[in-house]
Amino acid sequence: MHKHSRRLLRGIGLVCALALGVSACGSDDGDSSRKAVSQEDIRAALEKGGTITVWAWEPTLEQVAADFEKKHPGVEVDLVNAGTNADQYTALQNAISAKKGVPDVAQIEYYAMGQYALTKQLTDLKGFGADKLSDTFSPGPWNGVKAGGDGVYALPMDSGPMALFYNKKVFDEHGIEVPTTWAEYLDAARELRKADPKAYITADTGDAGFATSMLWQAGSRPYTVNGTEVRIDFSDQGAKTFTDTWQQLIDEKLLAPVTSWTDDWYKGLGDGTIATLAMGAWMPANLASGVKDAAGDWRVAPLPQWTAGAAASAENGGSALALPELGGDEALAYAFVEYANAGEGVRTRLANGAFPATTADLESKEFQETAFSYFGGQQANKVFAESAANVADDWSYLPYQVYANSIFNDTVGQAYVSDTTLAEGLESWQEASVEYGTEQGFTVEK
Amino acid sequence: MTTPQPSAAAAPRPAPPRARRSRRSWTGWGFLGPFVAVFALVFLAPIAYSVYLSLFRDQLIGGTTFVGLDNYAQALRDDRFWAALGRVSLFLAVQVPVMLGIALLVALALDSGRLYGRDFFRISIFLPYAVPAVVATLMWGFMYGTRFGLVGDINGAFGVSLPDPLSPDLVLASIGNIVTWEFVGYNMLIFYSALRVIPHSLYEAAQIDGAGQIRVITAIKLPAIRGALVIATIFSIIGSFQLFNEPSILQPLAPNAITTDYTPNFYTYSLSFNGQQHNYSATVAIVMGLITMVIAYVVQLRGMRKGV
Repeated sequence: MHKHSRRLLRGIGLVCALALGVSACGSDDGDSSRKAVSQEDIRAALEKGGTITVWAWEPTLEQVAADFEKKHPGVEVDLVNAGTNADQYTALQNAISAKKGVPDVAQIEYYAMGQYALTKQLTDLKGFGADKLSDTFSPGPWNGVKAGGDGVYALPMDSGPMALFYNKKVFDEHGIEVPTTWAEYLDAARELRKADPKAYITADTGDAGFATSMLWQAGSRPYTVNGTEVRIDFSDQGAKTFTDTWQQLIDEKLLAPVTSWTDDWYKGLGDGTIATLAMGAWMPANLASGVKDAAGDWRVAPLPQWTAGAAASAENGGSALALPELGGDEALAYAFVEYANAGEGVRTRLANGAFPATTADLESKEFQETAFSYFGGQQANKVFAESAANVADDWSYLPYQVYANSIFNDTVGQAYVSDTTLAEGLESWQEASVEYGTEQGFTVEK
Repeated sequence: MTTPQPSAAAAPRPAPPRARRSRRSWTGWGFLGPFVAVFALVFLAPIAYSVYLSLFRDQLIGGTTFVGLDNYAQALRDDRFWAALGRVSLFLAVQVPVMLGIALLVALALDSGRLYGRDFFRISIFLPYAVPAVVATLMWGFMYGTRFGLVGDINGAFGVSLPDPLSPDLVLASIGNIVTWEFVGYNMLIFYSALRVIPHSLYEAAQIDGAGQIRVITAIKLPAIRGALVIATIFSIIGSFQLFNEPSILQPLAPNAITTDYTPNFYTYSLSFNGQQHNYSATVAIVMGLITMVIAYVVQLRGMRKGV
């Protein structure tokens, strides 16, 4: 404790110092005029060649980059993994503040897009003709790259329409029906617990990404963003719909107290003690690699509904490729992004297990009829594609969702371990988010 | 002290030639220079920079502005900071006496000479200190698991249901347990080496006077290692206030029990890496540093005064 933490603190101090020093000297660029780059310019740039740096953690991009280099001799794609999720955002924010080492292309998840779009740190791709691609992508991801504004700040790379992954073996063993509504889900949870005291319907210890997706599906729209004016309100009917059901799951101890992505979690998914997962369509690759023991046990079903017979869905995760304003060689960078996310690169990525954001691929026969051996030969993509088409596209995240999510467990998470209710937890999450937004210069309304 | 020092005023002697004097001063700097340069660069500069940072505020909307001491005012009113400080103070009040008590007992036992296999015990008690804190915490975190960890296995094997060590009520005690396990050996070694330098003649004299073991401990051993006790206490106080590794590594296992403001250090980390609030983070770090300094200093003063 002594030595290590002291060294760590000093290190942190230094990092802060370095990171801040430069940001303190930075000044606003003012309003950058919209860049117009024609197809001609892009072709010329490809012929001329050059090097672009891409910050991304998506593994399927490796092959795409190699193919792209092969197709355009003279172009070099430097693919860098600068960390996953929040780690990369910290690095990117620091590079932007320092105005040094900013990549030409960066992978950014939809929930984090707002922060960069609003502060004009991303190039608006409208000038490149990206707005013509609106029909190319499915509505959820397209809404994500617009980040609640008029611009197009990135091209969607993948998407995460939600579905219910369930362990068929467990359901069959206890003769439980696969739920189609959340009310049935609650009943199934009780039945399962009665049949096997060790088994839980799902594991949840409070996860911001999951909760916001559930609210999205339930019709709640807690965030309204209009430039720097933000409204946060968790008191709508949709939020109540979600908390009423989920509170019962918590109160009756029907949720396994296991945090996602931990060893315990993977084990639970493998041995049947965690019976379902409501997650994004990118999950199959993770199941196949992390829960090998249960291959063949799992299946995919449509996400349970709040109203019987409805077909509402939501996005959970997913990311896009953006061009940071301070990056170089925009024409070349855009050429790569278009190739990877709307062009030939999409096929390459699908072949390697990615889930597309492009409607053509979602609807293609080949994609839909892919049989997943992990799911016992089920054509799971049909379920995902249908879900993708049913995502309501009027959801928006906060312009500082990365921070808000980081304090989710401080507030809402308390509902899982104390007498605080989920609704009260959301209320304190709202308060803390309002406070931070105000401190950061937003006009925040409750 | 008694070396005659010719003072310029007293002796009407001609001043030494300029060249010699300047060479002499340069020689001094030659020795001091490398240290001063490194010291200024690694110690003073970061502190000065943190202080500089703490006077600004950087917003997502609006950029960087000079705010004077506003950040300090905010820190003093910050409930989250004070709650974190309260938590580590509680930790300090319970964990440090327990840890130092055990370390002292072990050191006395080893020093008594009545222990068979002394060297083996000494090394095995010290061993946890050699395990990196990160590894130790991961290991304990795994043991604490109520489903698949040691606690879970015990529950399964004996059909009992032990309380969850990672629940909000117990997690501080669980962290205390890890820290105690890690640092008993380290403190034991400090005490043990202090005990080893006590002259044997004192023990012989005590024996002749008919003093028992307890009397030897209270009248000879403890007073003799007072300095070591004070040092170990100060280290432990600083360590408690800087608690970071253990909570940050356990957090993924107990995200609701260990909040992002669990300890002051963890709070500064979260402020800067989740919230991009580098300036406020620097402020909190400085305030915490000052508090730690004051408390450590008070303990040192008290320890020394009693020693006289």
